Amino acid sequence: MIDTKWIGHRFPAIRWEVEKGRLRFFAKAIGETRPEFIDEDAAKAAGHPSLLAPPTILFSGPLDHDDVPKLLQMLGIDMNNILHGEQGFTYHAPIHAGDVLEFESQITDITSKKGGALELVTRESRVTNQRGELVATVRNVVAVVNR
Amino acid sequence: MTSENRKVQVGDALPELRLPPVDRTMLALFAGASGDHVPLHIDQDFARKAGMPDVFAHGMLGMAWVGRLITNWAPQHALRSFNVRFMAITHLGNAPVLSGKVVDLIDRDGERCAKLEVQMANQYGQVKILGEALVALA
Repeated sequence: MIDTKWIGHRFPAIRWEVEKGRLRFFAKAIGETRPEFIDEDAAKAAGHPSLLAPPTILFSGPLDHDDVPKLLQMLGIDMNNILHGEQGFTYHAPIHAGDVLEFESQITDITSKKGGALELVTRESRVTNQRGELVATVRNVVAVVNR
Repeated sequence: MTSENRKVQVGDALPELRLPPVDRTMLALFAGASGDHVPLHIDQDFARKAGMPDVFAHGMLGMAWVGRLITNWAPQHALRSFNVRFMAITHLGNAPVLSGKVVDLIDRDGERCAKLEVQMANQYGQVKILGEALVALA
């Protein structure tokens, strides 16, 4: 059983720069070919300051800082026993290449289901940009399958 | 038809998006591009040792495809929220079918919004991802 004392635990803030090359690579990987995601001139012509970041790429900021392995180690969970349960984003302002984002994350819930066979760890992140604007909140649920 | 050029009504369907079957190259590219290097998605030996028949798709690859479905229909700046539950593993050879519909029209924070139900299934109709999104209407 995961100790519920971790509910409320705050992680050190993560800083993540939204890079043009990364956005193009991500677009290629998900089959996104619309010009505002891959062609900076086209993005600017469409009124964007630079390439537009697709809606789910915010997941990658904490990943680049190994947030999942660190979480599992802290809670004593085996990597082989986890599944991605849920993921959510609430958007407050657009995100573009060149933005420098800060993620402030905490564990907001740990619950047990099916008599302990399944445990759910929820983390929520507040994401701000270099101007201090709230751009998004992110919610992530890791499901731990205890076999 | 997109949300911009017509009157949106409950029951409207988003244009379906059908994608090629998941293969190992897609998973390798997404591992690199997303930063999700969990070996279950890219290393068959590792996946087998973990009791899986083979590598399988990252949940977030599917969510990214559902994101394409939504932003094909509505401008991305109108997207207010996007939440999914991962229902089942997406295996190699599964051909994603992305679909969605308008299920409600609501006012939120002074904006008229369409609430969407969205999903990813495979070519056999097995649901892999269920989600909902809120899109502001101009």
